[in-house]
Amino acid sequence: MKTELLSGIVLDEQAELTLGDLCRACCQHGEWVVQLVNEGILEPAGRDPSHWRFTGTSLQKAHIAMRLQRDLDVNLAGVALALDLMDEIESLRALVCRLESRD
Amino acid sequence: MYDAILSTADSSQPTIDVPIVFFCDNAAQTVRPLEQGVDFKDYYKIMGVKRDATQDEIKRSYRKLARKYHPDVSKHTDAETRFKEIGEAYEVLKDPEKRAAYDQLGANWKAGQDFRPPPDWDAGFEFSGGGYTRPDSPDYSDFFESLFGHGFGSAPRAGGQGGFRARGEDHHAKVLIDLEDAYHGAAKTIVLHSPELDAGGHVTTREHSLNVKIPKGIRQGQKIRLSGQGAPGFGGGATGDLYLEIEFNQHKLYRVEGRDLYLDLPVAPWEAALGATIKTPTPAGPVDLKIPAGSSSERKLRLKERGIPGNPPGDIYVIPQITLPSADSDQARDLYRKMEQQLAFNPRSKMGV
Repeated sequence: MKTELLSGIVLDEQAELTLGDLCRACCQHGEWVVQLVNEGILEPAGRDPSHWRFTGTSLQKAHIAMRLQRDLDVNLAGVALALDLMDEIESLRALVCRLESRD
Repeated sequence: MYDAILSTADSSQPTIDVPIVFFCDNAAQTVRPLEQGVDFKDYYKIMGVKRDATQDEIKRSYRKLARKYHPDVSKHTDAETRFKEIGEAYEVLKDPEKRAAYDQLGANWKAGQDFRPPPDWDAGFEFSGGGYTRPDSPDYSDFFESLFGHGFGSAPRAGGQGGFRARGEDHHAKVLIDLEDAYHGAAKTIVLHSPELDAGGHVTTREHSLNVKIPKGIRQGQKIRLSGQGAPGFGGGATGDLYLEIEFNQHKLYRVEGRDLYLDLPVAPWEAALGATIKTPTPAGPVDLKIPAGSSSERKLRLKERGIPGNPPGDIYVIPQITLPSADSDQARDLYRKMEQQLAFNPRSKMGV
């Protein structure tokens, strides 16, 4: 039984992950991440791969991209489209929620 | 292990894409002894096809269902279970050998019926050798394991020997916290159950608890990553990570939206009409709220930066709920009658009646 208090990283816009961190967290090689960046799915800060910094939100997007590719055979352009549409659905759902709670 | 791979991304030289496969899923699978009965699964019914469906029909149906129930896309509450079920059914039906073997069990089995595979049930079939099709197979059901999991075909699953190395699986868990925890931060003890191999190579379920810090300012749906707290790796592979998804217990007073809170606050008709300073609760303690004269139920009042702490902090929106005193005494009825007689008030004047 562990009693030590563990602190994790909250995956938000602030967490700063390197290319290596992202690869390890996704179990993927660097080239795959480069493809996601080239497709505009991930937008790291920093000029070149060795200086790239990814947010926690990027890590969540990379995980979803990985699962969509693996489970549904979606190509990267399709993944990018799906992620954009999912964002839009998310904000529409929040709007519906707000409008409903006003009644 | 990763440094060597990363260098390809850093170098400006184009590299040949050598497929490198990492095994992320369960290194340890639960394999049940064959004697034990399991629930029969009707893979055709799950896939929504007839028993004589063509391979193309099966594929089409799988594609459609997989898109519909993919846990990242679907909002169905049982999406994950359905998706796994569909994947398992497809694993069998897409492979003509496995499908033929499954078919000879007969069409009389009903889903959920207690099932034991007949002895040597797969004898007489020619197998091309691939027991498991995918080394990273997800958790298939006991029914699947009883048929195809153990010794089906000739090739046993890759074990721990012979240069096989796997990163441990990532674990995901939901953590329920109270809204107040997001205001003050908290420490939560979570209990995880994970399959583990003991010294004799048997699978046991290990229960262990972790004490996790919930940082102040956390929001509904956010994830906390605890690196190295997932499943142990295999053959020297790295340990997986643990992802905790934060979910708030429903609060009896507030609705939470991002960092903002919404509060329905009952006010007396005269407070709304004449204006008043009233006590209103917040998760950080009661505050005085000034209600302007002529307030209505439609008009939200904002308590700036009293929502969930952060940069910027959220706000609390107070929605006044004008509450009528009940006319349950002579005095109260008297007052209502006076209003009726002395106020020229027609709430339906805008309706033209």
